[in-house]
Amino acid sequence: MDSAAVRIDFNNVTKVFGSRQSGETVTAVKNVTLAIRDGEVVSLIGPSGCGKSTLLNMGSGLYLPSEGVVHVDGKQVTGPNRQVAFMLQKDLLLPWRSIRANVELGLEIQGAGAAERREKALALITKCHLGGFENHFPHQLSGGMRQRAALARTLAVDPLVLLMDEPFSALDAQTKMILQQDLARTLAEEKKTALFITHDLVESIALSDRVLVMSRRPGTIIEEIVVDLPHRDDPMQRRRLPEVGSYVARLMELLHIGEPETAGHI
Amino acid sequence: MSNAAANSSFTAGMVAASLAVLVIFLAAWQWLPGLANIPEFILPPPTKVWAEFLRMLANEKLMTHTGITALEVVAGFILGSLLGMIIGFALGVSPKTELVLSPYLLALQIAPKVAFAPLFVMWMGFTVYPKILVAILIVFFPVMVNVLTAIRAVDPDLVNLGRSFSASRWQIFSMIEYPTTLPPLFSGLRIGATLAVIGVVVGELVGGNMGLGYLLTFGEGQGNTAMVFVAIIMLTIIGIAAYGAVVLAERRVLHWVPRAQHQTV
Repeated sequence: MDSAAVRIDFNNVTKVFGSRQSGETVTAVKNVTLAIRDGEVVSLIGPSGCGKSTLLNMGSGLYLPSEGVVHVDGKQVTGPNRQVAFMLQKDLLLPWRSIRANVELGLEIQGAGAAERREKALALITKCHLGGFENHFPHQLSGGMRQRAALARTLAVDPLVLLMDEPFSALDAQTKMILQQDLARTLAEEKKTALFITHDLVESIALSDRVLVMSRRPGTIIEEIVVDLPHRDDPMQRRRLPEVGSYVARLMELLHIGEPETAGHI
Repeated sequence: MSNAAANSSFTAGMVAASLAVLVIFLAAWQWLPGLANIPEFILPPPTKVWAEFLRMLANEKLMTHTGITALEVVAGFILGSLLGMIIGFALGVSPKTELVLSPYLLALQIAPKVAFAPLFVMWMGFTVYPKILVAILIVFFPVMVNVLTAIRAVDPDLVNLGRSFSASRWQIFSMIEYPTTLPPLFSGLRIGATLAVIGVVVGELVGGNMGLGYLLTFGEGQGNTAMVFVAIIMLTIIGIAAYGAVVLAERRVLHWVPRAQHQTV
């Protein structure tokens, strides 16, 4: 793993947001350095408002860092690029497009031909367990199925790096576990590199090779935990391992969960 | 009042009840005024109005006047909607332009559009153009405001999704912003369809010798209340047709909107 190429790295990245009216500035993230190697899945965990989503937006090139640089596959990120695709808590499916047309969105924007788009979309729809629903419209699908479609759309452009911002946090507990399982399988099969933002401590341990813990704003990485457990491609299996408990305890301690003065800040 | 869900459960019994309301209304119109000693030249009964309708068909070129009014409505509605859409989209994608123009647009929106009718007649004479122009002006605002509001309300995450796929500005507009505005656009078009009739009638009332608005003033001058009723009914039919056309187009275009949100009236 150590010899694998770095797919995305943040080098001493700081992002400051300025308010035009008051002239006040808010530092969302400060001096963040991280690197994710090919095929690695890394979770980012931290309190609300610690700048996790800001990091992700800089990774996808939607924001540019105030200081520092982001590289994807060795090239500096100066704007949105095809190597990176993101997936949010909201499925962001376009209600006027069928599921197939939604999965094709990125390919269509990037100018792929109709036949190629169709073929790729149908293959991914089947892979994401949505076979038979390709001609349905988003409002006809459940939340879990819509998020599967969003995953298919993200994978359709064949990105080098997937950035995911709490993709399952709006789902019920059981649906969430099933989708985690599918995601982990798919990431392992396709050997994708992923940065996964979550609030869910167990989710971060079940899905990733490493967990990065962020501090409160201005967010910075305070700890890196290597998840030294088997079954990264099978989170249901990994959840059952007794070691998960001690990892969760360590994360709770780092995030000060349960300490009176910070209760309610998560 | 009703929605598509209710429409689909429109039973034979409800149709019968609806027709019964019409019959009761016509019967009341026919006989109640007589009982209350209201003379026929004040409130002509439906039979009198029907007879006047047949007389106007034969002697007053009713269909020609109706056709002229209908064409003015269609022309005013289409041109006003297109203008509203274009300006709405243009201001929508350029917030700075909107800020610069908004006080004037607001002033023009508040000004009663029908009050411009005499001015347009003075400028363009007794032709169809001043009528169409009033309709354009009155249709323009609801369409523009709906489009503008909708384009402002597009989820920024959707726009970011497009950007993350390296979409061009045009792709973001055509694939994300424009389709998002369609449901509010159609709400604006429904309002516009009924307003277009008002604009055209006011234009015709002010000047000229064509159209149902002219027949309204002509009937008034003659003290022919039945004629006025016929003109009102024909105008209503034009309005219903225009509105119905928008609703039909909306059903085809917005087939993806969940049924419960799909208003038909």
